[in-house]
Amino acid sequence: MRRANVSAAAALVFKRDLTLALRRWDEVTQPLIFYVVVTTLFPLATTPDLAQLRTISGGVVWVAALLSSLLALESLFRSDVEDGTMEQWVLSGQPLAWLLLSKVAAHWILTGLPLVLISPVVGTALGLPFDAWGTLVLSLLLGTATLSVLGGIGAALTVGVRRGSVLLSLLVLPLAMPLLIFGARAVSMQMDGDSPAGPLQLLAAIFFLALSLGPLAMSAAIRISVES
Amino acid sequence: MWTWLHKFASPPHAYRLLGRLAPWFGWPALVIILLAAWWGLVRAPADYQQGDAFRILYVHAPSAWMSMFIYVVMAVAAGIGLIWRIKLAHAAAAASAAVGASFTFLALATGSIWGKPMWGTWWVWDARLTSELILLFLYFGYMALRASFDDPQRADRASAVLAIVGVINVPIIHYSVEWWTTLHQPASVTKLDKPSIAIEMLYPLFMMIVGFQLYYGWLLCRRLRAEILRRERNATWLKEGI
Repeated sequence: MRRANVSAAAALVFKRDLTLALRRWDEVTQPLIFYVVVTTLFPLATTPDLAQLRTISGGVVWVAALLSSLLALESLFRSDVEDGTMEQWVLSGQPLAWLLLSKVAAHWILTGLPLVLISPVVGTALGLPFDAWGTLVLSLLLGTATLSVLGGIGAALTVGVRRGSVLLSLLVLPLAMPLLIFGARAVSMQMDGDSPAGPLQLLAAIFFLALSLGPLAMSAAIRISVES
Repeated sequence: MWTWLHKFASPPHAYRLLGRLAPWFGWPALVIILLAAWWGLVRAPADYQQGDAFRILYVHAPSAWMSMFIYVVMAVAAGIGLIWRIKLAHAAAAASAAVGASFTFLALATGSIWGKPMWGTWWVWDARLTSELILLFLYFGYMALRASFDDPQRADRASAVLAIVGVINVPIIHYSVEWWTTLHQPASVTKLDKPSIAIEMLYPLFMMIVGFQLYYGWLLCRRLRAEILRRERNATWLKEGI
């Protein structure tokens, strides 16, 4: 049997994951609803005054996005490891890092991207001014994509563990704090009239670092989880 | 060529060697820490601004230093264990985690106690305190991951991946937090030009760091021995030896 080349295999994984997710629509919508619900908590807990909410709106949107991405990431590899698909991938001779990266990319398109797209609406409800939309979307694009890779490492490590979701948050949240700092800072700088280029470039740098090294860590973690 | 390494990494040999090494770390650590404490707390001059309150520095700074040093040691040991599949290296990483977390906690606690008279509050969201706090979270994550596996081999290898990912992240976290806000005095020892702290205050600090290092060496010997005992509890060399 001829072996498919890497990009074909990665594309197959990507397509398969999109198809599977579209058949189980609730896995895509639930993190999104969670995101909106969490952002609703903050005005209830602090104040309905838009002028006051505006000062924390960037941070609130970022924290909510972080939490709901993590929620979605928990089950990223679970079903594939449980039904043996992952073992087949490990044995397939294809570079596992590429397969996992395309899996994470599909996952990000299904959960990260919708989150980014509705965040201007959520932000506006918190008093975020219109001219900060661009910065918010851009910072969240980079941030959620990076978080998908970081969370992918965490999900690969915790795939066979009981109470994996709490553990996943405990592992990934400290690692994701720089994203939160730069992302929320970019939004608040934009709102103060400064150029947000600095934090955005740092976010991009972290994204490329995660993109280049993350899949290797993910594949090492998956091998550990599958082999033992 | 590598036979010496494998000989060293064999549990019975390592167990005996660590037992012989421990006092060479333990006694010097005790002497140096006592001497440095006396020098720092009694002999060194009081600070012109902070008075005697600055003397907590002699516990605070070495603990903060050790907290980062031990994380790096842990990650290097984990990497060695992962690459060359040396169980002893994994055991060393496991034995270091709790020690590192304790030093991190000590650094946070002393920083907070020091902050009360200096800043007027127990806690400020200053860059170095915050990155120390995140380091504590990283230690907790590492220990939690390790504890969640029943199979020790899997725990070793999974936590090793986490430690390596974490050590790449530590500088990013450090600089991001630094950039996020800074209220803390800039580092006064690591500056390459003339240090801004009086030299009489500095000698006991360096002595204390050496003392803490030796203390960590002693702890590592002891804890690694315990770890070997726990892992090899069914091995024949143990039954024959005791």
